[in-house]
Amino acid sequence: MSGSVLSRREFLCALAGCAAAAAGACSDFTHTPFFRERFKELSGEDVARILADLEREHTAAYGKDVHVGAEPARAGVEFGYALDISRCVGCRRCVYACVDENNQSRDPQVHWIRVLEMEKERGIDFAGANAYYDAEAVPRPGHFYLPVACQQCENPSCVKSCPVGATWKEPDGIVVIDYDWCIGCRCCMSACPYGARHFNWSDPLIPSDELNPEMHYLGNRPRPKGVVEKCTFCIQRVRKGLYPACVEVCPVGARKFGDLRDPSSEVRYILENKRVFVLKNELNTRPRFFYFYGL
Amino acid sequence: MLAASCEPSHGRPLFGPAGGEAASAAPEPTDFEVPPPPFTEGAFPCSDCHDPEIEVNTTRRSMRAAHQEIVLRHDEGNRWCLDCHSAEDRDRLHLAGGEKIEFSESYRLCGQCHGDKYRDWRAGVHGRRTGSWDGKKRYLQCVHCHNAHSPHFEPIQPLPPPARPEEIGR
Repeated sequence: MSGSVLSRREFLCALAGCAAAAAGACSDFTHTPFFRERFKELSGEDVARILADLEREHTAAYGKDVHVGAEPARAGVEFGYALDISRCVGCRRCVYACVDENNQSRDPQVHWIRVLEMEKERGIDFAGANAYYDAEAVPRPGHFYLPVACQQCENPSCVKSCPVGATWKEPDGIVVIDYDWCIGCRCCMSACPYGARHFNWSDPLIPSDELNPEMHYLGNRPRPKGVVEKCTFCIQRVRKGLYPACVEVCPVGARKFGDLRDPSSEVRYILENKRVFVLKNELNTRPRFFYFYGL
Repeated sequence: MLAASCEPSHGRPLFGPAGGEAASAAPEPTDFEVPPPPFTEGAFPCSDCHDPEIEVNTTRRSMRAAHQEIVLRHDEGNRWCLDCHSAEDRDRLHLAGGEKIEFSESYRLCGQCHGDKYRDWRAGVHGRRTGSWDGKKRYLQCVHCHNAHSPHFEPIQPLPPPARPEEIGR
């Protein structure tokens, strides 16, 4: 071992006084959330064991068969999203489809998507936007709607602000959080210029019958109290080739998703043929979430 | 007189690169599935009521004996039933150039006037797609979302607004 740096596991293992004991006995507890390595440095074996533990835990807690996967990013794919603000009617179907798909807490309420209502006369105006509009029918005359969730920035300020490296950008462009590594300091929430990150102030409540049992380690598995969460482009769906839940539910087809590196994808067609903008361009976060005018 | 925006494309092919540069950028609709059009219960086949033996009255008029429920709000000043429904083959539609098409291909009819939407629809940008971003897709036809006789998208009721911060955790 001379010349090499002690890994977190070896260090903790030594602390626990089992350095002399068999390595196998030691790893029995070092893969628990507190003692284990960071997610990207885990061996395949350790990941499998952690996933199995999570499956057992959630299956017992919710009384239904849960599958927790950790499907890696597909090589050569970079996800992009485009939202047509000339079509969005502000019906919030996406907000609740997201809650159902991603096991967001019902109480206290967590919504990853926030639909902002703005006045056509004033254009895009965050200060004057209203997220709490309620109406018999939408779109309300004279208004337009701008749904905002994580912009999956290419240059994400949240990632830079995390003191423990619990959030990072995956090769396919999705910014993810390891909920077992997050210390709940909320630096990322103040760093995010889009208000896309949400904190679990208390234990999330998800009714068993509404729990989505198809989970991803970095995505929609139930989060513990005291960690930050956000949109992951439905990582559990898109890494299997499916569209995100919000894309599928949108009744006006305003939401488009695909591979930015595929010249025949819908998002590429939009980038090449439509008038496109990103939010807060001046901050140089370089979002992979584009807004466009389809009309 | 026809509205200028609805100038029919006499005999010109509606598919393929002939549609212009932008159209060639849009991929051909090959790997997606389009569900059958949503017919009103019992309305199809039309020939069940419209006996082909009976001569068709091609005079523009309002319907009194049947179809009173249909309110035309679709350039109604300039068109009526037989502009889209074929008078010769009652179970089919017809394009401006005379070609008869099935109801399952009605998007071609819509595309005659709404060429920009048609182009975007074929590229997957107008309308809703479900399925796989990298494979099989299911795509809706124009008439799944737009009533052909009154195509403006009707306002819908929004789902409840989010809780305000002061209401959370109380």
